[in-house]
Amino acid sequence: MKKVKFEAVAEAVAELCIKSNCVLNDDIKRCFDEYIKIEESEIAVNILNNLKINAEIAEEKMMPICQDTGMAVVFIETGREVYIEGGLLSDAVNEGIRKGYTEGYLRKSVVYDPVIERINTKDNTPAVIHYDIVKGDKLKITVAPKGFGSENMSRIYMLKPSDGREGVIDCVLKTIKEAGPNPCPPMIVGIGLGGNFEYSAYLAKKALLRPVGVNSDKKYLCEIEKEVLEKANKTGIGPQGLGGRTTILWAAAEDYPTHIAGMPVAVNISCHVTRHGEVIL
Amino acid sequence: MNVSLKTPVSREGARKLKAGDIVKITGIIYTARDAAHKRMLENREKGFPMEIKDCCIYFAGPSPTKPGDAVGSIGPTTSYRMDKYSPEMIKYGETIMIGKGKRSFEVIEAMKKYGCVYIGAIGGAGALLASHVLECETIAYEDLGAEAIHRLYVKDFPGIVVIDAEGNNLYETEPEKYRRN
Repeated sequence: MKKVKFEAVAEAVAELCIKSNCVLNDDIKRCFDEYIKIEESEIAVNILNNLKINAEIAEEKMMPICQDTGMAVVFIETGREVYIEGGLLSDAVNEGIRKGYTEGYLRKSVVYDPVIERINTKDNTPAVIHYDIVKGDKLKITVAPKGFGSENMSRIYMLKPSDGREGVIDCVLKTIKEAGPNPCPPMIVGIGLGGNFEYSAYLAKKALLRPVGVNSDKKYLCEIEKEVLEKANKTGIGPQGLGGRTTILWAAAEDYPTHIAGMPVAVNISCHVTRHGEVIL
Repeated sequence: MNVSLKTPVSREGARKLKAGDIVKITGIIYTARDAAHKRMLENREKGFPMEIKDCCIYFAGPSPTKPGDAVGSIGPTTSYRMDKYSPEMIKYGETIMIGKGKRSFEVIEAMKKYGCVYIGAIGGAGALLASHVLECETIAYEDLGAEAIHRLYVKDFPGIVVIDAEGNNLYETEPEKYRRN
């Protein structure tokens, strides 16, 4: 049994919250450069250059890249030989969120009840936490703060098996087109195929953790990703919806077995500030 | 066209701006998101927390200000959540809205009727936009946290006129030029 201290988990989560919100990952920065080279719209080139400058200012000043520092989504992969000393793992994660969002001057955007009062919890807790229990004695924590400009544009479709591959592509593109300028394009698109209603959404979220530029190992998923990327960038939506070639930076798909009667497709739209950081304790 | 825009802007001044104009805004602007709009309009008999005539509202909720800075990260929020409130705000005198994303038919009709423009700021460029904010003061609804109303003094704050007071809309015209299917 490996013991991990409650405080060590909280500290790691706090650091990941701050870093992921203030430092744009290299894969996305590289992607901006690639699209600047091929972009046909002058407005679009200007926007992409400004997004690069924005990332530089944010990193230099350790200031959030975007003011919407999101609701924190935390993926935990815990080895079955890991024991958290001093409290519950979920409490440790939320303690880390509280600390990170307060000490990092990150925006607190979470409200207690979603419908009537909508009173701010004032410390951005609780996080949405996904657990996976695996072999071994490692504890892997991934923090992925997600803003709601893009989250609000995400959709789930319960397709029929007969809708096939074409049905999948169609509903992903429909989601991107309907989102238009709202989620701060260029977007990053997470696609979850199979499972059931809620699991497809989880898969779509998880797909967003994959670095930009890396396709799925599964041939059919890789092909869907490439087709979505190509077709989305022909829509003309462009950066900020003001026209251009750069509508999405990447599409990533994950799958899971499903029921004989169904074909769930979840599309989790994310923005150019797709943030995530991980640590292994 | 490149335009240096000084706030406050009159209804006549707003009508002169055209979709596609690249603007740099200098002067006082106010932040308000959906919760603040709802409260302002529910309490309008008691008066608005700012001079509503000719005012410029920025749909934004900044991240907290670090010591020594004027403001935290401050990019635009998605504007359609204000669609329910904007026609009335425009009727009372708002002439400039800054945000990102699509607007409803009703909002655009009110813009045309009274003289108001919708300016897009770059969504997700909160750190860059913060560098154009010289002063920030919370003037109302402090209990709303990030959703409170802030009075900002901005200099050369960058934006683009997306929808003008004639209803010309870059979100409709620009993507069409680059569509390939």
